[in-house]
Amino acid sequence: MSEGDIETRVRKIVVEHLGVEEEKVTENASFIDDLGADSLDTVELVMAFEEEFGIEIPDDAAETIQTFGDAVKFIKEAV
Amino acid sequence: MRRVVVTGLGMVSPLACGVEPTWRRLLDGQSGAGTISRFDASHLATDYACEVPRGDGSDDTFDADAWMEPKEQRKVDDFILYGVAAADQAIADAGIGDASDEEKLDIGVMIGSGIGGLQSIAETAVMIKERGPRRVSPFFIPGALINLVSGQVSIKHGFKGPNHAVVTACSTGAHAIGDAARLIQLGDADVMVAGGTESPISEIGIAGFNACKALSTKHRNDPERASRPWDADRDGFVMGEGAGVVVLEDYERAKARGAKIYAEVIGYGLSGDAHHITAPPPDHEGAERAMRAAVKRAGIDPSQIDYINAHGTSTMADTIEMGAVQRLLGDAAKNATMSSTKSSTGHLLGAAGAIEAIFSILAMRDQVAPPTLNLESPPEDAVIDLAPLKKVERKIDCVLSNSFGFGGTNAALIMRKVDA
Repeated sequence: MSEGDIETRVRKIVVEHLGVEEEKVTENASFIDDLGADSLDTVELVMAFEEEFGIEIPDDAAETIQTFGDAVKFIKEAV
Repeated sequence: MRRVVVTGLGMVSPLACGVEPTWRRLLDGQSGAGTISRFDASHLATDYACEVPRGDGSDDTFDADAWMEPKEQRKVDDFILYGVAAADQAIADAGIGDASDEEKLDIGVMIGSGIGGLQSIAETAVMIKERGPRRVSPFFIPGALINLVSGQVSIKHGFKGPNHAVVTACSTGAHAIGDAARLIQLGDADVMVAGGTESPISEIGIAGFNACKALSTKHRNDPERASRPWDADRDGFVMGEGAGVVVLEDYERAKARGAKIYAEVIGYGLSGDAHHITAPPPDHEGAERAMRAAVKRAGIDPSQIDYINAHGTSTMADTIEMGAVQRLLGDAAKNATMSSTKSSTGHLLGAAGAIEAIFSILAMRDQVAPPTLNLESPPEDAVIDLAPLKKVERKIDCVLSNSFGFGGTNAALIMRKVDA
């Protein structure tokens, strides 16, 4: 799985779950501050990442995933 | 106490999305029943129901995207979607959406449901079994809780008054309207958005009511003929889904702002049977007491009631209700008309009392009683006109709407034209 591929798939999940424009999902975009998510949305996002990539993201790690970039970085290391 | 009037109506029904298209089809004698399309129901004892017609909004179909963003729809059970859509319609109809922030402190919401997110609960239980508890959505609970309809409506419109939800099975809608009217009478709110919503048409819902022997099972080949209140060949109710919501308002407030006033809620009566979990007592004296309480509160004589929208579910209980109504009206029974609109819409459970209150209001507006479809062999002891097969054009200035629920819970609403 290429790194670009991971980024594309993560972006697709974020766009679908948060109903935001693809262009807004940038490296530093915060799910809560920039993309309109609430705390429940972020729980669901993390679940969607787990599902898509067949990984487990523990709760303490999930709390550190605040931005699109955080998510991509974590997943690249986990897969 | 303050007078309470109805100033807005909203509905999602098996006949159509919207109050007026539903009403037109109801008077036209159309049935909402058909073979269940949403899932394969062929293995169930009943494979037919009255489903909300989904579509792109054309021909009065229900277009979910028109009422809620697709990403929000994923987070809620259908009963919330229907309730929010019906509430939006009622709020727009009443013209209260642009109330000031201060006024919104006194606008409340009381939309109930009989069962709530049954389908979500079933799906989530299966998923836990198959894939484990970590896959449970954070939106499962807030998407299934009954009071989240009232919650969603208040959040969407900024209504900060009383936020409440009724759960009394099939009398939910009537209780919600009656209780909400009381809150206005007592000054807890100036305006209440009230009603009921339900989405029980799922494998677990049909199987559950089949197990209670409550549903019609004999009409797989002609579902439109299955809901036949009072008819000699009735064999159970036909499940429906949808929502009905009204805007109730302090009369003086409505008058001052020049609002369109549909009707006044003049009487509301409640009672319990203390008899059986699913069946009424043979004389349904509990229903009679609820109706008498509403009449007393309304300060009218029972003979003034022109039209009764019966609970009439197409079960054995229909004739028991008829007996109670005829005892209430006495000699005046021969002058009144009673119909069951469930013959057309099916039984919307927690939404039934709300859509039927709306039909009762429209019966007054248009001076016409909607028909009881499929009533080909009326009971021999029927003194009252049951509007068999065809609508009845007649004088209607005062209406009674009955709703009874499992657990032996009864509600009766009486409404009157304001200029009558």
